[in-house]
Formats: sequence, C-alpha cells, structure tokens
Amino acid sequence: MTDLRRVVGPAGEPLHPDAVPLAVAKALLRDMIFLRAFDERAVALQRQGRIGTYPPYRGMEACQAGAARALAPGDWLLPTYRDHGAAMIHGLPVVEALAYWNGRVESYRAPEGVHVFPPAVPIATQIPHAAGIGWGLRLQRSQAAVLCFFGDGASSEGDFHEGINLAGVVRAPVVFFCQNNGYAISVPFRLQTAAATIAERAPGLGVRGERVDGNDALAVHLTVTEALARARAGEGPTLIEAVTYRQGPHTTSDDPGRYRDPEEMARSGLGDPIERLTAYLRAQGAWSEAEDEAAREDARARIQAAVAELEAMPPPEPRDIFDHVYGAEPAWFSREREAFLAGLSR
Amino acid sequence: MTPSERRRAGTAAPAASREPLQRAEAPGRRELTLLQAVTEGLATALAEDERVIVLGEDVGKNGGVFRATDGLQERFGPERVVDTPLAESAIVGASIGLAAAGLRPIAEIQFMGFVYPALDQLISHASRLRSRSRGRYGAPLVVRMPYGGGVRAPELHSESAEVHLVHTPGLKVVVPSTPADAKGLILAAVADPDPVVVMEPMRLYRSVKGHVPEEAVPTPIGPARVVREGEDAVVFCWGAMVPPALAAARLAEERLSARVAVVDLRTLAPLDRDAIGEWARRTGRVLVVHEAPRTAGLGAEVLAIAQEEAFWHLRARPRRVTGPDAPFPYFSLEDWYLPDAQRILAALEETLAET
Ligand SMILES: Cc1ncc(C[n+]2csc(CCOP(=O)(O)OP(=O)(O)O)c2C)c(N)n1
Ligand SMILES: [Mg+2]
Repeated sequence: MTDLRRVVGPAGEPLHPDAVPLAVAKALLRDMIFLRAFDERAVALQRQGRIGTYPPYRGMEACQAGAARALAPGDWLLPTYRDHGAAMIHGLPVVEALAYWNGRVESYRAPEGVHVFPPAVPIATQIPHAAGIGWGLRLQRSQAAVLCFFGDGASSEGDFHEGINLAGVVRAPVVFFCQNNGYAISVPFRLQTAAATIAERAPGLGVRGERVDGNDALAVHLTVTEALARARAGEGPTLIEAVTYRQGPHTTSDDPGRYRDPEEMARSGLGDPIERLTAYLRAQGAWSEAEDEAAREDARARIQAAVAELEAMPPPEPRDIFDHVYGAEPAWFSREREAFLAGLSR
Repeated sequence: MTPSERRRAGTAAPAASREPLQRAEAPGRRELTLLQAVTEGLATALAEDERVIVLGEDVGKNGGVFRATDGLQERFGPERVVDTPLAESAIVGASIGLAAAGLRPIAEIQFMGFVYPALDQLISHASRLRSRSRGRYGAPLVVRMPYGGGVRAPELHSESAEVHLVHTPGLKVVVPSTPADAKGLILAAVADPDPVVVMEPMRLYRSVKGHVPEEAVPTPIGPARVVREGEDAVVFCWGAMVPPALAAARLAEERLSARVAVVDLRTLAPLDRDAIGEWARRTGRVLVVHEAPRTAGLGAEVLAIAQEEAFWHLRARPRRVTGPDAPFPYFSLEDWYLPDAQRILAALEETLAET
C-alpha cells in the first residue's frame, strides 16, 4: 500500500509535519473523539432496545471528520447511512442522527443554510445527485462545492459510473469520496472488483483520481481540501479513494464472525485513526492528558444531551405518515389522510 | 385431477386448489420456519439439477443477510453459490445470460426496495427475451427477494412493489405465506421455463412455522390457496397479510357470527381469475388486503376481476384494505401504515352491514 498518500505514519510518525497546521490536527482529533463516543453510545442504545438497527462507522472517523471538516459552511454533503459522523461534523444536530436510527420520520433535519442530503440507503444513488447539485451550482456561478460519500461496494453499481462520468463532462464541482473499508457487508473488496483499486477507475471516467490512507485524518483532510479547491476553481471533479477498515459489524444485525478473520484488522497496517493522530500530536508535545480528558468529557456531555432530547420527543403520530409527501397537497390526498386516520381511531 | 395429482404434475389448476385449513400438526411431522423452507427449497434445487446456481449479494460465505442461503456455499461450493459484486442490474442481467447459456440461475435481490436498478433487465429483457428471439432463447431464471414491512427495518427496506412486476407481461410473480409453499413455489419456479420472481415476506421468515414435506413437492404456479372457507364474505390476500386476514375472519365469526373465507392468492401473476370469480360469486362480498399503497395497487386488479366475473352476484361494494398513498414510513410508524386484523375486521363489518 505504498501508493497511499500519508501525512502521519501508521504509528503516528510525522511524515510531513508541516502539511497540516497543529491547530487543525487538534480540532480533527477532538472531532474524532466525539464521533467515536457517539458511535459507541449508539451501539449501546441499540443493544438496550432504545434505538433500532444501527450501522457503526467505528474505525472510519478519520474519513468522516477529515473530509467533512474540509467543507465550507455553504457546501453540500451527501452522506450514506454510515456517514452520520460526517453529517454531524458538517452541522447535523446530534439528536437528528439518533432520531433517524430510531425510525422517526422527523429526523436528519439540518438547520437552515446547512446542506446535508438525506442519507443514501439504496447504494450509489446519491452519486448522480451529487453530479446534478454540482452542475446546478456551477450554472448559477456559485462558489459552493459538493462532497459525496459512498463505499467500496457502491463502486460496482451503474449509478457510480453514470454519475461520475456525467460530472466530468459538465465539470461539476464535486468531490466523490469513496471510503474503501474493505467490505460491502460480507463481501471483501477482492470479490467486489478485479481491479486493484477504486482510484484507478478515475481516468476511465475522465476525472482526476487520488488514493489516500483513510485512517490518516490529516492526509484525508489535505486531499479533500485540495480537491474542493480545484472543484471551486472550475477544474472539475475528483474521485478520492480513502482506504480504511470497518472495525465493527456492517450493522448491529450483522455478525462479522461469519465471514472475516478477527486478526485481519491488525494485518491491514492502517492502525486505529484516533490512536494514530493522538500518537502524532503527543510526539509533537501538542496534546496533553488534560486536553484528552476535556475532549472526552465534552463529547460525553453533547451526546448525553442529545439522548435526553431524543427520549423527550413526543411519541410519533400516524398523521406524520402523510406529512411532506407533496409540496402543494392535492385535495384527494388530504381526504384520504383524514379517512385513513378516522379508520385507525375506530 | 385432484389437487395432489395436479401438484405432482406441476400444472396450473383452473381454480383454487382446496387444501384443508392448516391444522395443528400431528406429532412427528417435521416443522420448519418459512426461512428454513426457503433454504431447503434452494438446497433441493441445487442438489437435483446441476445447472442450478445461486447468486447475489452476501449469499455465499455469509449465507445471506437473513440466512436464507445458510450453508449452501459450504455444501455446493463457491462456483454454484456465488457472492456477486453489489450490482442488481448485473445480477439479473447476467442471470438472463446464464439462463440463455443453459444454466438455471436463482438470483437473490437483498431487499425488494433494491430491485429498481434491475427493473430494466426484468421488464425489458427477462420478460420478453423469448418473444424477441421468436422462441430461440428463453429466460428460465428465478429472482428471489424479501419484501414488505413489519420487522423494524431501516428506511427503504420495507417495500411491497409487486405492481411493477405483475404489470409486465411475461413475468410470473409468486408469494408464499406458508413454509410448504415457500419450498414448493421455489421448486416450481426453478422448473418453469420462464422468469419467475419469488417475493418472500420477511415478516413471516421466522414468525411462521409449518409442516414441509421432505420430498420435492412443487406448489403449482397459478392456483390460489383457500385458507379458510366461508359463505358470507371473502378476503383475498397474500404473503404477510394472510395471518391478519385470517385473524380478522376468526374475529368476524366470534363477534359478528359471519363466516368469512380467506383466499391466499400466492401467485400474483398470472392471477387465479377462476378462484377470484368463484369466491366472489359464492360470497357476494369481496375484500382485498395488501401492504402496498392503494392507488393502482394489485387490489384494484383483483376487484376488477371480481366484478368482471361476478358482477351480478355482488351484494356489497368491493373494498380494499391497503397501505395509504404515502411513502412507507420509517419504522416507528410502520404498525400504523400496515393493514392489521382490526382494520380488516372494520372493513368486513362494513361489507357485511351493506345490503
Ligand atoms: C441498491 C442496493 N443494493 C443492496 C443494498 C443492501 N446493502 C446495504 S449496505 C450494503 C453494502 C454496501 O457496501 P459499501 O458500499 O462498501 O458501504 P459500507 O456499508 O461498507 O459502508 C448492501 C449490499 C442497498 N442498500 N442498496
Ligand atoms: Mg464498504
């Protein structure tokens, strides 16, 4: 994996110490500490029956924080179901992510001015959307850009090729960000494609390709920042492959013991993204025990507040099924809703 | 022909085969869950015909996300039970090619909500390769897919999208609601010369158990199954709506002293017109239940057939109990969205009260 772009080595070695300012590195570590704490809490809530099936992003925090922190406030983020980490970094309130995984229709709502698309559940379908959003921004001479997340599995779908190819043709300001975490549920990357990498698809699609160590938050951040700058400058889209590892199960319903060797993560040579950045900052004398504890405490408090908010939400109402189906509600629809609700309450 | 002769012959019967109501199983009779029956049907097909291969996302080493293909790769090897890339159009499109080349593919789509990338292959190609090649090539493939709500699945995993498929001439669509039919319909689908979609109600995968013959007993594609006899009204249903329909029929007997028939259509394309006509004539009061939204749902077709076949026998307006015309909600609301025994009973009450 010598072709992976790295700023920090697998054990925290400083390879390019001046590439990313220390303040940015510290902010990214705080983000990752928060994201890890959220993920652990969400898994625990699922086990306690307090939320539904949940897809952990454990091990992928450098991708989610490193990439999302490269966005400017008005930029657009298109996450998948596993990228609520990135979504929270870009401004999705924590409770909105929790509510989504608790099956609440009123969830995943970003504040006014923050552009976070609903998470893509049908794999790869967000990739053409990203092309269109970027194209639209360009037509309107906007300076905003688009960051589109997807997985290694998504790279096999038609929408992946169709969306990126089109984005290349119209020079859409989009960064296509593939988290290659080694698996699509149980299917390992070597069965996903006979190609050695995802980045090598880029030239065939007419866009620039990059391959980065996805457990190196600084390398991810740098690579995405540069790609966004090119996008804004009218130089077209970039396909970035961030090589990472899904440490947990596909979702809380999955049992990875059926299909992968528990030793495999150690062999990946990628290490843990949080340990890596911590070791790097410690070695620079830039991260004290007290700062670490403060970051953890801050994360705990934010998450605790969000859980309390989730559990204080009023129970869902059947009426909510009919909300927001149409912008201008047709009369027949309103009648059908009232008849349906009257039927339920008999 | 008796129903069992028909079953053995594997041919479609003109009217519903009158199977007895499901009785308490005699001791010693082997019971399987619907999911285990699916696995057994696939294993039987693989064992009986070496042209059969099983392919799809996560079907191999993992045994499928529901474990429907559990143990099959170990038993039949990775050339016959194949983990494919994540690409539904390629899975179905390549299955058409495999079938044309002489194999008998059984493809899995992980959830029906993810079949849409494959619709071009199903609608434009699987359904009409035979007619476009003037009979030279057929597409004898089977496409299985879990469907429907009720298991607290994440968003977009609960679709009941049968109308897209039944509206496609050339495709057959079947839905088991019992373990015996799960195995039997898979076996009939594999034996069929044309493409067959098997929709598997994921809500019943583990919640329904029943006797499944150890031998290969295909359930013929075509005939409906009479779940319960009755003279006062009939409920047409399929898949995961069969248990609530049956519960409602029992409540109607207890509370309204009405004898309500329940007919499990189990083949959605082609529909059993004879059974629909016959039960509409016999009862004069017709209800259809489905999970999918009401507008242009398959219930509309069932009621149209009932009226075409039995118009002068109807004693009440035909009624539909369905999902509302809104997207399937996230799971905290799904119990309200899905028809249940109470809603079906309320519709029965209305039907029975109408003169
Ligand atoms: C079109 C489609 N097919 C199948 C699925 C079921 N499914 C959900 S996640 C997943 C694997 C996705 O793998 P990848 O793209 O690598 O993302 P990861 O889960 O690893 O983040 C599959 C097959 C789906 N959601 N959408
Ligand atoms: Mg993956």
